[in-house]
Amino acid sequence: MYVAVKGGEAAIANAHRLLADRRRGDRSVPALRLDQIVEQLALGVDRVMSEGSLYDRELAALAIAQARGDMIEAIFLVRAYRTTLPRFGYTNPVDTGAMQIERRISATYKDLPGGQVLGPTFDYTHRLLDPELAAGAEVETPAQRPAEPEAMPRVSAILAHEGLIEADGEMPLDHVPGDITREPLQFPMARDIRLQALSRGDEGFLLALGYSTQRGYARNHPFVGEVRIGEVELELDVPELPFAVPLGSIRVTECQMVNQFKGSAKAPPQFTRGYGLVFGQSERKAMAMALCDRALRAGELGEDVVAAAQDEEFVISHSDNVQATGFVEHLKLPHYVDFQAELGLVRRMRAEYEARENEDKAEEKREAAE
Amino acid sequence: MNAQSNDIATYNFAYLDEQTKRMIRRAILKGIAIPGYQVPFASREMPMPYGWGTGGVQVTASIIGPDDVLKVIDQGADDTTNAVSIRAFFKKVAKVAVTTETAKASIIQTRHRIPEHPLNAGQVLVFQVPIPEPLRFLEPRETETRKMHALEEYGLMHVKLYEDIAKHGRIATTYAYPVKVEGRYVTDPSPTPKFDNPKMHRSPALQLFGAGREKRIYAVPPFTDVVSLDFEDHPFEVQTFDQPCALCGAENVYLDEVILDDHGGHMFVCSDTDHCEKRRADGHHGHLAPETHLASEETEPAE
Repeated sequence: MYVAVKGGEAAIANAHRLLADRRRGDRSVPALRLDQIVEQLALGVDRVMSEGSLYDRELAALAIAQARGDMIEAIFLVRAYRTTLPRFGYTNPVDTGAMQIERRISATYKDLPGGQVLGPTFDYTHRLLDPELAAGAEVETPAQRPAEPEAMPRVSAILAHEGLIEADGEMPLDHVPGDITREPLQFPMARDIRLQALSRGDEGFLLALGYSTQRGYARNHPFVGEVRIGEVELELDVPELPFAVPLGSIRVTECQMVNQFKGSAKAPPQFTRGYGLVFGQSERKAMAMALCDRALRAGELGEDVVAAAQDEEFVISHSDNVQATGFVEHLKLPHYVDFQAELGLVRRMRAEYEARENEDKAEEKREAAE
Repeated sequence: MNAQSNDIATYNFAYLDEQTKRMIRRAILKGIAIPGYQVPFASREMPMPYGWGTGGVQVTASIIGPDDVLKVIDQGADDTTNAVSIRAFFKKVAKVAVTTETAKASIIQTRHRIPEHPLNAGQVLVFQVPIPEPLRFLEPRETETRKMHALEEYGLMHVKLYEDIAKHGRIATTYAYPVKVEGRYVTDPSPTPKFDNPKMHRSPALQLFGAGREKRIYAVPPFTDVVSLDFEDHPFEVQTFDQPCALCGAENVYLDEVILDDHGGHMFVCSDTDHCEKRRADGHHGHLAPETHLASEETEPAE
């Protein structure tokens, strides 16, 4: 005998209690502390801050712990918190040319003012699993050069002297930067809005799209003009004060991709640029973002739109992993009302189909008998 | 939740900050002023995933007050997990009274159904909408579909319905069946079965639709014409069931099929659990109704 199932509330509570247990795992293993996550899983924390669009290491670490290391879940937790925070202002644009550099490399010049600085990179490590790390071996203190007095101009500024690379671009003086967290997205979008969406876009999605441009789907001949990682100052204009107020500094990764461009009806032959900027240290994301940004400028530069990576509605509508995971996973929710409607229709159509078949067969038999 | 001692994270009444609520209320008012028109709004991340009712939750959070009585259903039922979860959310962040009784609710948030019990003036029905654009599967681009709405260019939809008839002998759309609101905008009724479409027509209740992921709000004000698209020779018709509800014996209601065993045994029961329980409490019996007497539904007061 069927009795309507009640008790969803208790089931949910019990499921969450079990989740908390599994999250904690074996009680004889010490629980992770947030400072351990901040210090030792720093790049994971950076990704959560970047795609969660909230620069707060401690909250990102809490989100990672709460999400059991599921990055998209952690990003979601951070987003759902940040969205409730009141906005008290917008900082001035950050000056990445004045960055306190920890890493800066250029693939377009052997040497350049400020030099090539490798910094803390996985590049050139041999990907051999390290048993000593598992054994908890002591780690050497790093060798550090004295603070760099020399300026580190951005590569785009160096190339700009010859006029061979497009300039930074101008915005009208009264342009108010958009804010995708406060206004609905509308297509087509201005580049400032698009870059915001890309900066919080899913690393894997942008990586795949950037990769697709390299493999010929809207190939745009990229060179890494520069990748730089370091601290930049944040400053806020306060109406009561005649100067900008420093708020502190954040760590960012910036990528300037330099792309060959043969010219079109809209623009002369020159090097064009794709731009990537993300919170924390994430070269992969910044580079992928720069590739996608350049591909998405197809319309502006008069190129044919032939591939997915150039299609603004396609890329921006699907780049947000919190949206994507929600909608994909909502398929788990009950759909039995709609399924019932479809079931009724298919049953009816199937009955008609079989009736027709039987009629045809009867017809054939009659003909054969004649 | 207003005055929480824990300082790492605090939340406003009904979760959303007041600025956000104001923004959403403006979108709702615009939607009411232009029935069936999809108003873009700056949808927020909510503490439940996109696709799980964030649009409906934002609409509800923006209109709910401390004196409201909230009912939440999913698939017509109050006890499906996501309905339980959303109801618990509002109990927690807004401390409002909740009920399972359609008639006692001032706000009903729903996914995939409209209650069987007729709604009254003063009630608000909030729909959770996954894809608000009825033309989306005919034209994937927002830039195009907005133009089509602006020009009232709905030929594509009629061609689709015609092709259904040509291929299948009937319109093969069973849910999210497109409607025309107040003679102007073709609108998605959300994935409710077309059985529920007639309930939208000139309903005394205010019907609000929230699509969080797609960032759209639209509305059908009370007593507005809502007409399901059809042709003169193929008039719109709703689903019918061969048998009444096995528990309460109701006819002309939407039924769910429940599988009883693995030999094809099944029964049909009301999708609207409140309606079914009310009827059984009133002494109606279906042919498979259990003997036990059901406690009538209760309302949990506000804290």
